[in-house]
Amino acid sequence: MTEAGNERSFEKYRRMVRIRFFEDRAEAIHAQGEIPGALHTYAGQEATGVGACIALRIDDYMVGNHRSHGHPIAKGAKLRPLMAELLGKATGVCKGKGGSMHISDFAVGSLGETSIVGSGIPVAAGAALGSKLQGNDRVTLCFFGDGATSEGAFHEGLNLAAIWKLPAIFMCENNHYAASTPVSVALPVKDIADRAQAYRIPATIVDGQDVDAVELAVAQAVGRARAGGGPSFIEAKTYRYADHAVNLGRILLDRGSEVDEWRKRDPIILYRSKLLAAGVSAAELDEIEKRVTAEVEDALQFARQSEYPTQAEAFDDVFVERLPIPDYLNV
Amino acid sequence: MARVNYLEAIRQAQREEIVRDRRVFLMGEDIVASVFGTSSGFAAEFGTERIRDTPISENGFIGVAAGAAMVGMRPIVDATIASFLYPAMDQIVSIVAKSRYIYGGQACLSLVIRSCLFYGNSNAAQHSDRPYSMFMNVPGLKVIVPSSAYDVKGLLKAAIRDDDPVLCFEDGTCWASKADVPDDPDFLIPIGRAEVKRQGNDISIIAIAGAVPLALKAADQLAGEGISAEVIDPRSLVPLDKALILRSVRKTGRAVTVDPAHQTCSAGSEIAAIIAEQAFDNLRGPVLRVATPDTHPCFSPNIEKPLYPTVQRIVDTARKLVTGKRAVAS
Repeated sequence: MTEAGNERSFEKYRRMVRIRFFEDRAEAIHAQGEIPGALHTYAGQEATGVGACIALRIDDYMVGNHRSHGHPIAKGAKLRPLMAELLGKATGVCKGKGGSMHISDFAVGSLGETSIVGSGIPVAAGAALGSKLQGNDRVTLCFFGDGATSEGAFHEGLNLAAIWKLPAIFMCENNHYAASTPVSVALPVKDIADRAQAYRIPATIVDGQDVDAVELAVAQAVGRARAGGGPSFIEAKTYRYADHAVNLGRILLDRGSEVDEWRKRDPIILYRSKLLAAGVSAAELDEIEKRVTAEVEDALQFARQSEYPTQAEAFDDVFVERLPIPDYLNV
Repeated sequence: MARVNYLEAIRQAQREEIVRDRRVFLMGEDIVASVFGTSSGFAAEFGTERIRDTPISENGFIGVAAGAAMVGMRPIVDATIASFLYPAMDQIVSIVAKSRYIYGGQACLSLVIRSCLFYGNSNAAQHSDRPYSMFMNVPGLKVIVPSSAYDVKGLLKAAIRDDDPVLCFEDGTCWASKADVPDDPDFLIPIGRAEVKRQGNDISIIAIAGAVPLALKAADQLAGEGISAEVIDPRSLVPLDKALILRSVRKTGRAVTVDPAHQTCSAGSEIAAIIAEQAFDNLRGPVLRVATPDTHPCFSPNIEKPLYPTVQRIVDTARKLVTGKRAVAS
C-alpha cells in the first residue's frame, strides 16, 4: 500500500474531492433548472469508487450503473465533457445523449454506466472475455449496488465469469438502499458477499469509507485476475447521503439520524485525517481542494458556453450510418 | 458454386468468417454438439475458446457478447430458437440496441444474434414464435430474414462484418431448401437491399422469410390463371428497402404482403402502411395482408398449420385484388 504523503495518496484525495465538489455543484445547478432530468449523486461513496479505480490501469475496463458520475471521475475522466453531458450539451462526453445516468468515457476505459439495474454485469463479463480472447492482461471492474444482486443478470454474469475464469472484479457498493428499499427488506443475507460463494468466487468485505482498504482489496483482486486466477467479488459497505435521485418522483425516505452517523465516517474527512496524522500539511490538502474547485468551475463554464446538439444529431449513432431525418423537423 | 441447403449455407458463412477474422467467435447453447448442424466440426477445428458452449443463460451470454463487442470482438450468438430471445430482452433492447447511441458513438456493438423461427411442427405456442417485428420496433437493431440458402449465406456473412448489431432470423421452413451458393469467401449480400424474386405486372406480392417460397408457388399458380405477379423479398426488415418495394407497387398498382408473424404490428403491416402512405395514388385497390391471425400457435397439427400463410390464401387474396372475384369452388 502506498505511503501517506506521496503522489498516489494525493491523487486519491484529489479524485475523491473532485467527485464530491462535482456532485455538490451539479446538485446546486440542478436545483436551478440547469440540468434536465433526474440526478443520481454519488456523494458519500467516493472512497469506494476511487479506491477501486486507483487500483486499475487506465487501459483496464470499468462498467458502472445509474449512479454514474463518480465512477468515470474515479477512473480519471476529465470534468469538462462530464459536466457538459449533464447539461445536455453537444460537447458532452456522450454528445448530450446519455445524461446523468449514462456517463461513459471510453478514453479512460469507462465502457458505460447503464441504468437498468444489473444490466452492466454481463457486459463486464463480456469485456473480460474479450480481453481473455485477445490474450491481453486487461481486467474489467464492474460497479453495482446492493439492489442489483437480486437481478437475474447478476447471477448469470457471475456464473459465466466463474465457469470461464474471466479477469473480472465484481464490486458491490452496498449503500444499504435500493432506491428506498433497505437491504434488510430485499435480501435474506446480511452480507452480500455470501452470494458470491455460490459461484465459488473469492469474496471480501471491505469498509467502503476507507479508500486505502478498498484499494488494497481491489489490488488483490486485480492481481488474481491478471494472473489468470479468475474473478473476484468485493462488497464495500458504504452510504449515499442524498436520496436515490433528485427529480425522480417521491423516493424520499426518512432515515432519521442515520445520515449524520454515516457523515461522521465521511470518506474524505477520514482520509484527510489520516493524511494529516501521517504528517501531510493541511495547506497541501487545501491547495488540492482549491484547484479542484477551480477545475469544477472551469468545467461548468465550459458546459454553459457549449452549444446544445442540433436536431439532426438525434439521428446519429443509432447505427453507424446516420438515419434519414424526417421532413417535419425542418433540419 | 455448390448446391447446399439452408443450414449448410449458415455453417459455411460462419466458418468462412471465423477463418477470416480472429475477432469472430461463436457462442450459444449446445453449439459444440451442433443441434441443427450449423456449427458441425467447429469445436474440433477452432477449439472451445472460440466455439464456446454456454449455460442456459440467454440474458447473461447476450450481455457477454455485447461487452466483448465493446472491446473489439465480433461475436456471433447462436440463440437457437427465437423464443429464447425473450429472457434476453433486457440486454438486447437496453444494451445491444442503445449503447452506441447513449454513449454518443463511443461504443461499437458489432455482434450477430442468430435464432430460428421454429413454427409449424407442433412445438406449441412457447416455441413457435416469429418475433422479428417486435425488434423492428426497437431502433438500433438491424433485422434480416433470409428466405433461401443463397441469401442466408450472403446476408449472414455481411452481418458478421457489419459494425452494427444484427438479428438474423432463420426460418425453419426453409432449412431443407437448396440453392447454388457461391464459394467465394467474399460473397456478401448487402443488408438493406430487397430483391425481386419474380418479375410481374399485375400485382406485387411482398413476402417475408418462409413466406417467400410460398409466394413464388402462388405466383406460378396465378400465372396459370393469367395473373402476372411480382414477388419481392425484402430480405432485410431493418433497414428496409422501401424504394424497391414502392417502385414495384407503382408499376403493378396492387400489393399484398405475406408474413408468417402475427398480423397485428407485423412486418407485413408496416410495409402495407408504407405503401398506403407513399404509393396511394398508384393503387388500384386496398393493400391486403396475409399473415397469421392473432392467436397462439397450437400444439395439435390439424389446427396449427392452417394458421400460417398458405399458397392458397396468397392465391385467393391476389386473385380477389386483381379480379375482384373470390375463388371458384372446385
